[in-house]
Amino acid sequence: MVTLADELARQQRSISVAEFFEKNKHLLGFDSPTRGIITTIKEAVDNALDACEEAMVLPDVFVGIKRTESDVFRITVEDNGPGIIPAQVPFVFGKLLYGSRFHQIRQSRGQQGIGISAAVLYAQLTTGLPTLVISRTGPDYPASRFLLQINIKTNEPEVVEQTEVEWDRTHGTRVQIEFKSSMAAKKRLLEYLKYTSVVNPHARIRVELDDETYLFERVSDEVIACPQAIKPHPHGIEIGQLMRMLGTAGGTCGEFLVENFTRVGKKTAEEICRNAGISPAIPAVSLSPAEQKKLLGAMQGAKVPAPPTQTCLSPIGEELIARGLEKEFQMDFVRSRTRPSSVYSGHPFLVEAAIGYGGKLPPDGNAQILRFANRVPLLYQQGACAITGCVAGVSWKNYNVSQAGLPTGPLLILVHVASTHVPFTSESKDAIAAIPEIEREVTLVLQELGRELKTYLSRRDKNRLQEDRARAVCSIIPEIAVKVAEIVDLPVPDTSAIEGRIMRKVVVKKMSRDGRVRLEVKNYTSQPGALTIYDISRDSGEGADPKPAIVTELDGEHTKVWQVEIDPGGSWSAEYRGAGGGSLEVRGMPPEHVVVVDLDAQ
Amino acid sequence: MPSDEMDQKTQERLVSIAMRWYDQIRENTIPSISLPTRTKQNIEFDDDSEVWKYGDRESVRSAHTAKSALHLLKMSYVISFLKTQLREKRSSTLRELYYISEGWKRAKFSAQDESNLLIEDLEILTDLQREAFHLRPEEDGATIFGPLRLKEMTRRGERVIHCQEDVGEAGYQIPSNVENIDLLEHDARFVIAIETGGMYARLIENGFDQDYQAILVHLKGQPARSTRRMLHRINEEFGLPVLVFTDGDPWSYRIYASVAYGAIKSAHMSELLATPKAQFIGVQPSDIRDYNLPSDTLTEKDIAALQSEISDPRFASEYWRTQIQLQLKLNLKSEQQAFAARGLDFVTREYLPRRLTEMGILS
Repeated sequence: MVTLADELARQQRSISVAEFFEKNKHLLGFDSPTRGIITTIKEAVDNALDACEEAMVLPDVFVGIKRTESDVFRITVEDNGPGIIPAQVPFVFGKLLYGSRFHQIRQSRGQQGIGISAAVLYAQLTTGLPTLVISRTGPDYPASRFLLQINIKTNEPEVVEQTEVEWDRTHGTRVQIEFKSSMAAKKRLLEYLKYTSVVNPHARIRVELDDETYLFERVSDEVIACPQAIKPHPHGIEIGQLMRMLGTAGGTCGEFLVENFTRVGKKTAEEICRNAGISPAIPAVSLSPAEQKKLLGAMQGAKVPAPPTQTCLSPIGEELIARGLEKEFQMDFVRSRTRPSSVYSGHPFLVEAAIGYGGKLPPDGNAQILRFANRVPLLYQQGACAITGCVAGVSWKNYNVSQAGLPTGPLLILVHVASTHVPFTSESKDAIAAIPEIEREVTLVLQELGRELKTYLSRRDKNRLQEDRARAVCSIIPEIAVKVAEIVDLPVPDTSAIEGRIMRKVVVKKMSRDGRVRLEVKNYTSQPGALTIYDISRDSGEGADPKPAIVTELDGEHTKVWQVEIDPGGSWSAEYRGAGGGSLEVRGMPPEHVVVVDLDAQ
Repeated sequence: MPSDEMDQKTQERLVSIAMRWYDQIRENTIPSISLPTRTKQNIEFDDDSEVWKYGDRESVRSAHTAKSALHLLKMSYVISFLKTQLREKRSSTLRELYYISEGWKRAKFSAQDESNLLIEDLEILTDLQREAFHLRPEEDGATIFGPLRLKEMTRRGERVIHCQEDVGEAGYQIPSNVENIDLLEHDARFVIAIETGGMYARLIENGFDQDYQAILVHLKGQPARSTRRMLHRINEEFGLPVLVFTDGDPWSYRIYASVAYGAIKSAHMSELLATPKAQFIGVQPSDIRDYNLPSDTLTEKDIAALQSEISDPRFASEYWRTQIQLQLKLNLKSEQQAFAARGLDFVTREYLPRRLTEMGILS
């Protein structure tokens, strides 16, 4: 007789990771075909950059996207990294949860070894096509070419074909994946690459998108130091991991703690054991489950210095962030800050941020927020991310920036969280979880930058006010004088005294009337001044009185240069025949002592 | 005053503004003017004239910023233009002035509002009306219907007109310059100024002007200066009571306020334009309740307007406080033509006679 339990038992069996993924694509960022294309490129580029970093080479990454059928795209990512030895290639690309970095404690882009193999699986599921991988580890070795698939039932790689081929790269890896998708997310894809380029200023990324090409050039030739792995910190470990480590431990409990954990010396180890009620001399492998739990409790309660961060974290650095931003965005103001490193639950982390203002940023609407975790741009779920929460939590009005939830205006905010273990809200790695220690650091860095932005904005407003005043005094009041004199039928009064009293500067004016152009310099300061005037226009300046020191011509534009020395209270002028217009530039004196007024400009 | 003499005086006053700036520049100071601040906070009740005027708060426009300097430059262009216009005995409309400024390079106006405001500034500075500058407004004046005889000086000579017998169905049109009119005689007991054309026509059709010896004035929404000047003159020269009949919403109360106390924009000539004795007939919020008039609920803007009226010095009386509070409580507004729900004759046979008796106009 067959019971219901027997029936049910017959249906129960283990699920392979690959099968699990097939049903839960969204967890890894493959929820839609459009998103799949971005996730694949993201995973491949992350791997490429990580590999180059480990090999200490400047990354040269190629990304190709080619439509092969109406809804099938061939995605190629190639790097100049160290390559992968042929025996490993099938596992790296053909087995989920296979990776070199999962068990290491240091900052890296990829972590679990899911990303790229998930893409291979996704290709297999949508087009049935195997993935092509070419890899070469050095000039002395041939390149290996693989066609790979994943066995969905067993989560083991299947090598469809393996050959040795000629390849023009001396080392590196090329992966080519074909799957069903659409280019609906092209804008976002380019955004991803642009942002990646901002935080990886040492990388050159070349993109071929069907027939269009884009180049994100590097701005730094410095190879970034690959972060070194560190041992776990006693505060940053969970029971499962501890049990695994104890299971393979050779020495005593005391030795176990000193050897396997960072910042634990003999004294600390003894203290931990004492607090756990365990003798430091007994073999670590002999602890009972209850003792293991006690040990963990004592480790977490022990006073241990924070883990070292210099080696395991690799901040981009203030200067390179600013340069990275400046190369991709045109802005009037950029400032960046790298905070000192800090720790949450035993995991070292640090926060860097930058603020950009003005220039070609869109003048209205919410600020643009660029979120990064371990140098990887986060493109989705902005609203769910702790970074966004912190940005909205700062009161930007204090820094003269308007705010409606998020700050608004021509503003760009970049936040980079680097950690040995970035706490994401889910495996698709889109949003950072709200960890109080991280939120505090993000808020602090934003406030620091906010203060700098405020200083910049108020200085800019002050300059604007001065320019505005200069325009009023040097250009409009003289016009009022002319008009008023006409009304009252009296000679035009001289306005230069008003000018001098208000300006207290060297005033340079250009005006044209009735086919004559006049340049005028007046020194209202108490110091003698020397300046060079560059008058650039279509007028040749022939017959000018006095003659310019130099005249050069380029495409019909004449640059006329006068060198003027002028005593306090003195004046100088030059006149020539011409139509005026063009531009006027003055050098040789600090800008705060000079006012240039172009009366021809409206 | 003969018009030549008047023009001469106007020219002198305009030129004196320019002269002030000329002297300021000669003395090496930045040219400036000071004008009363034109906000709600700066109008106050003048006990002698019983109208609201600008208070003591003044703002100085000095040419030390580009914006103010430009304002002064524009003003000097306008003065120069007006001086020429007066000398040549020409006139122009406000709109034409705006277009003329096209040729003033950077002194040109960016919008008609800007030139209108500037003319108001000049009225304040010269203590003259824009008609003295030979400037006319664009809008045609409102109309009058009722037992009133007047004489208008037209370009084709004097015309004597009776506002019932010599006019068509629509009534007599008030010219833009009311100073060209002589009020001769009347056979009326009161004046009703009406907001909407529909109600104005209803009263004419129902013979209200004859039955009750009433002069009807169509305000056409927010009344033009000429309409307000006309009401002021009828009230002052004939001593007739002026009653204002509008819709029952916050915007219409402002129409009443501008007839009775003057508008913020023209507070500098309230004495000439306002009719402080003008009374509000309705539609009152209490009428909406008592007559159960068809109504709409107040919008957010309506509510904001009512609340701003509570703090408006022109509505600072017990009557208005009670009515506005009531309206906020009812959360309703009604148009004056809502009386039609009780029949076309209701307003002339019942509502107005009852209100007029209540107010002591009819006995």
